[in-house]
Amino acid sequence: MHWINAAAMLVMITSGWGIYDDDVIIRGFHFSHFWRLGDWAAPSLQWHFAGMWFLAINGLIYLIYGFVSGRFRERLLPIRPADVVQTVVDTLHFKIAHEDITVYNAVQKLLYIVVIFAGIAQVVTGLAIWKPVQFSGLVSLLGGFQTARVLHFTGMAVIVGFLIVHVALALLVPKTIWAMLAGGPQLKPRSGRVEGNPVT
Amino acid sequence: MRSPFRPHDVPDESILDDHRPLLRSLERRGLIRGGLSLGALVMLTGCDVKRPESVEAALLAISRFNDKVQALLFDPNKLAPTYPASMILRPPKFNAYYDVMDVKPVNGATWRLEVSGLVADKRPWTLQDLEALPQRSMVIKHICVEGWSYIGGWTGVPLRTFLTRVGADLRARYVAFKTADDYPSSIDMASALHPQTLLATQYGGETLADPFGYPVRLRTAVKLGYKNPKWITAVEVTNIYPGGYWESRGFSWFAGI
Repeated sequence: MHWINAAAMLVMITSGWGIYDDDVIIRGFHFSHFWRLGDWAAPSLQWHFAGMWFLAINGLIYLIYGFVSGRFRERLLPIRPADVVQTVVDTLHFKIAHEDITVYNAVQKLLYIVVIFAGIAQVVTGLAIWKPVQFSGLVSLLGGFQTARVLHFTGMAVIVGFLIVHVALALLVPKTIWAMLAGGPQLKPRSGRVEGNPVT
Repeated sequence: MRSPFRPHDVPDESILDDHRPLLRSLERRGLIRGGLSLGALVMLTGCDVKRPESVEAALLAISRFNDKVQALLFDPNKLAPTYPASMILRPPKFNAYYDVMDVKPVNGATWRLEVSGLVADKRPWTLQDLEALPQRSMVIKHICVEGWSYIGGWTGVPLRTFLTRVGADLRARYVAFKTADDYPSSIDMASALHPQTLLATQYGGETLADPFGYPVRLRTAVKLGYKNPKWITAVEVTNIYPGGYWESRGFSWFAGI
């Protein structure tokens, strides 16, 4: 699931950069040809509208799985502001723990939640700019067609920002990559796993 | 389940322990290198100088599938938002596959609109004939595939009125257009019959100016900008896929919004 998402995300981001260039949102800001999927707008759009199915369907399955299995609640909640601050302080002191890669620290939890919401937002704003007449209610909710475009662009920037940190950290802690390829470490029974957090 | 790749005689754990730091450093270096080259490989697609034919075919197939999905999403009774006349942009934005300086004006006095295909009455139309039909005005947003948009005010004969008048087979699949600037285009019948699809002859209450399609252009609120051919010279009702200028270059045919 993660790797389908990773491939679909890369396709959506790089083809989106190809589409962006015909009518830039930030004046003077272009993506160089090297980073674009598709020679010009038409192939970029083809990639974008092919990738969307993989991203949306895979994402939907991921969300359903996350909620039904309780994985989201177990792994991503709760987040306490104090824990976030503590993790940042620890990180700055190079005291970050990753012996047990199945337990996320507060900053990880926060970032994963942010990127999940950014992904959902991309689908919603994407629908709005794909079908602004059929979904005209959604477009006005988002503040108009051009605002929806800017939101779609912003969502991309958030995801790319996450990706840079996410990939850099994964490369720094290689055992996470191995775990992702091989299916993860053998987990202890539920009760013993989550430190102190009661699992319902 | 026990992996079939696992050896029957597992080596002594201590051997592994002795070499653990070495193994780990190798592993880490390899993974970083591997990760980087994998990343670079993925990015190579960005060059996209020559797409393999299989990829090309798959993308086109998905694009055609998406055309069908778009047709399903299209609600023939859903009206596009309209705006007050004060918001009309004057003059409208020019767009074509060539520069505005290369526009070749059409003479309205000698202009005729040919009608062909699955229609009862194939007599050509003059501009006066067309203007004698019931007119409709709308202030709608023009949305270009590139992402820009503007609000424009258009007046003309609803295409539905015109098609009914010439006795077109309204169950046919396509309505195709030929233009003076060699920009063939076509839309689906459902969109052609939408109340906000006009054979427009006026912009902002005045006769269309030359760069914007005088004497007659299509203006539909339910399609992207490139589905609005200007300087129309012929209308054809058909069941054979007619394609279009940008469509044959890779843009989506349905292009509904």
